[in-house]
Amino acid sequence: MVSEQLVDLSRLQFAATAMYHFLFVPLTLGMVWLLVIMESVYVMTGKVVWKDMTRYWGKLFGINFALGVTTGITLEFQFGTNWAYYSHYVGDIFGAPLAIEGLMAFFLESTFIGLFFFGWDRLSRTQHLLVTVLMAVGTNLSALWILIANGWMQNPVGAEFSFQTMRMEMTSFWDVVFNPDAQAKFVHTVSAGYVTGAMFVLSISAWYLLRGRDVEFAKRSFRVAAAFGLASVLSVIVLGDESGYTVGEAQQTKMAALEAMWHTEPAPAGLKVIAGINEAEAKNDWEIEIPWLMGLIGTRSVSKQIPGIAEIKERNRARITQGIVAVNALEALRKNAHDTVALKVFEAHKADLGFGLLLRKYVSDVNQATPEIIERAVNDTIPRVTPMFWTFRIMVGLGFLMLALFAAAFWSTLKGECMRKRWLLKWALFMLPAPWIACELGWFVAEYGRQPWTIYGVLPTHLSVSTLSVQSLWGSLAGFVGFYTVLLVVEMFLMVKYARLGPGSLGTGRYANEPVHA
Amino acid sequence: MIDYPTLKIIWWLLVGVLLLGFAIMDGHDMGVGTLLPFVGKNDLERRVVINTIGPHWDGNQVWFITAGGAIFAAWPLVYATAFSGFYWAMLAVLWALFFRPVGFDYRSKIDHPTWRKTWDWGLFVGGAVPPLIFGVAFGNLLQGVPFQFDAQMVPSYSGSFWQLLNPFALLAGVVSSAMITMHGGTYLAHRTEGDIQARAIRGATGAAIVMVLAFIAAGFWLQSIAGYKITSPIDPGAMPDPLTKTVVREAGAWMANYARQPLLWLLPALGVGGALLTAMLLRARRTLCAFVTSALALLGVIGTAGASMFPFVMPSSSMPAASLTVWDSVSSHLTLGIMFWATVIFMPLIVLYTGWAYSVMRGKVTAAYIRENEHGAY
Repeated sequence: MVSEQLVDLSRLQFAATAMYHFLFVPLTLGMVWLLVIMESVYVMTGKVVWKDMTRYWGKLFGINFALGVTTGITLEFQFGTNWAYYSHYVGDIFGAPLAIEGLMAFFLESTFIGLFFFGWDRLSRTQHLLVTVLMAVGTNLSALWILIANGWMQNPVGAEFSFQTMRMEMTSFWDVVFNPDAQAKFVHTVSAGYVTGAMFVLSISAWYLLRGRDVEFAKRSFRVAAAFGLASVLSVIVLGDESGYTVGEAQQTKMAALEAMWHTEPAPAGLKVIAGINEAEAKNDWEIEIPWLMGLIGTRSVSKQIPGIAEIKERNRARITQGIVAVNALEALRKNAHDTVALKVFEAHKADLGFGLLLRKYVSDVNQATPEIIERAVNDTIPRVTPMFWTFRIMVGLGFLMLALFAAAFWSTLKGECMRKRWLLKWALFMLPAPWIACELGWFVAEYGRQPWTIYGVLPTHLSVSTLSVQSLWGSLAGFVGFYTVLLVVEMFLMVKYARLGPGSLGTGRYANEPVHA
Repeated sequence: MIDYPTLKIIWWLLVGVLLLGFAIMDGHDMGVGTLLPFVGKNDLERRVVINTIGPHWDGNQVWFITAGGAIFAAWPLVYATAFSGFYWAMLAVLWALFFRPVGFDYRSKIDHPTWRKTWDWGLFVGGAVPPLIFGVAFGNLLQGVPFQFDAQMVPSYSGSFWQLLNPFALLAGVVSSAMITMHGGTYLAHRTEGDIQARAIRGATGAAIVMVLAFIAAGFWLQSIAGYKITSPIDPGAMPDPLTKTVVREAGAWMANYARQPLLWLLPALGVGGALLTAMLLRARRTLCAFVTSALALLGVIGTAGASMFPFVMPSSSMPAASLTVWDSVSSHLTLGIMFWATVIFMPLIVLYTGWAYSVMRGKVTAAYIRENEHGAY
């Protein structure tokens, strides 16, 4: 059996490196489209300020992008280094979207980002715009394939377990690609990225406007960001709701946990705004609820029920019992592949194999599982409610706060009075961290909410790890944290430096703060 | 749909193509990184060197990422076993690579000598460490690595990081390092002029000679190393399960393929000949031709390693029967087919637009260029 400490450290390392990577990805996803918009205006109007905007915001984009690339490679490595059994068990399905991401998207993005920065004097205006568009398309396609892979972890469609190879094998590529969970996740995630890009440009432009410098430059940037941000934040909220609606058991479990729905309620269920969660007694001590709303969002009907935690657990208890049968049949088949009796039993129960494997956290022979152990495994199938409940509410709250800001910013820029509303500019400035916090919390809700599985219902997390020593994990975790901390400090330093310098850092002679040695 | 045994062979070739693409494209960036502190004597010269690869290194690095992804998709067991088994070696590669994206983008954003020198050495590490470690890894693959599977196919590795640094593996590391340095120096010679070009040519020529000597020495050594041989009948179309065969270790087993198929001798010949030709063409300042022959040398060397081991990919020294081969460590028929078509569609497109990017940026990078693009260039 794998030591719990090894599992915890492996999870911590993956969570830390993934969330760190996700500090940079959303900004990249959003900024590329802002660059496309700005450069399109330049190509259409020929006004040089729009070229300067593209180049200046592109510079900040580049500082961010460098760390996005740096931290991205880690994730691809880590499936193999730290999650070897996972890689073996689901590589047949999970590896394909990752490889296609490289071939279809990452090459495109990375090749054209070079020309974006270095091609200004060597390409015609239209050619350069085309380069920028291809870079943006590549970036977003990249997110698509990653989220197809990630969506499959939440809702493993188009695949079947093979006892001969002891792994999951793909049965339908199109089911994997058009997995409803993956599609909903993609749209929600890239929209969140667009909001991040918009907030970044909006906040920094607001700061220039507050200081009254580079006003023409900043006003235009503010306007583009406000419009793009408003559209994007609406899309995040509407499509976030869509990802709540997508079916699949992972989402049902997640929804029950993040709504603190301890029991199935009569349809349509109410939406808890806040609640006093009591995990020990599996109930809420108090709650403030909006009647009907949750049922409407979650099922799009007034009569369908949303299952509560207790009911999901009962279902899972039955599946674990069936799973024990599947594990035993599989062992018989591994000893003798021609055992037709075992094969029949296995075929009948293999849908619950993963639930049987949950017991391996406690006993290596599942037949040794006592009722107490089964009870523990049943309890494991629900992620902890408190962190889910609150992180989700903070994320949603920030979403609505950003909606209000972008709406106000858009309105004021339409009326041409954003300069005079200092409260609005200050609000825009102080909201700068909001999209990052929301993105990280969203990531947490999605991934922590999938526990105890790496592949929902198929492969438990504690079985997925590489058999490494705990010391190795401590060493690598310390290495990552140390290295990343230094890089983050350097990145923030440069970002702040170039944000302060402003468009003058281009050395065109048209802006404040021109470098003296130009 | 193409039949399963053929697809297994095609994927062995495609992984080879991806590794070769990585060596040719990312390899020349890494070679330039390795030479950076030595061919650039001052900040301006170093900026010239960095800007020869500035617009391209990121796209080139994707060869590495895609090769990794393709191994994950096509050879999941190899990906799982190699990456976890070589844990610290992989992390060393990864951490070395960290220096590159930030090094390129951040170095010239602050005008301070210590800042810039620090990143120069970071770029050196990012260029020099990965090829060295990949060479050492190949040296270990040729000897077999101590890993095994349990009944659930959970891989475990029983060696240590230090065991990887044995004499033969270190020699393979020298071959790899020298080869990549030669390749980077050749590229640099093509894209620069004057002093920098002269130093790059000296570096590349020296590296080519070291590579040839080390490669030949490794070739002789290989004949006495215990290679691996499958002794049970092979069913190329079978469901992949590496535990169903028997394997023996035998000195000289890695020479068997050459005895069976003498044409394979062309590969090591290409490795040696390509490198020697590169050195000669560099003397004549035929830099573009030299880059081509250098790429052919890479094909020869990588092809030699692959051809010697075929059908083995990752032999196990502690449980030889668990060795991973082209036949039994692959993905399902369906996945191999899909990935094949994805590669057939996208690979030519990639080559096409990469070529366009290089042609847009063609020509020598000069000190004058850097001065004119003070704020735009790296």
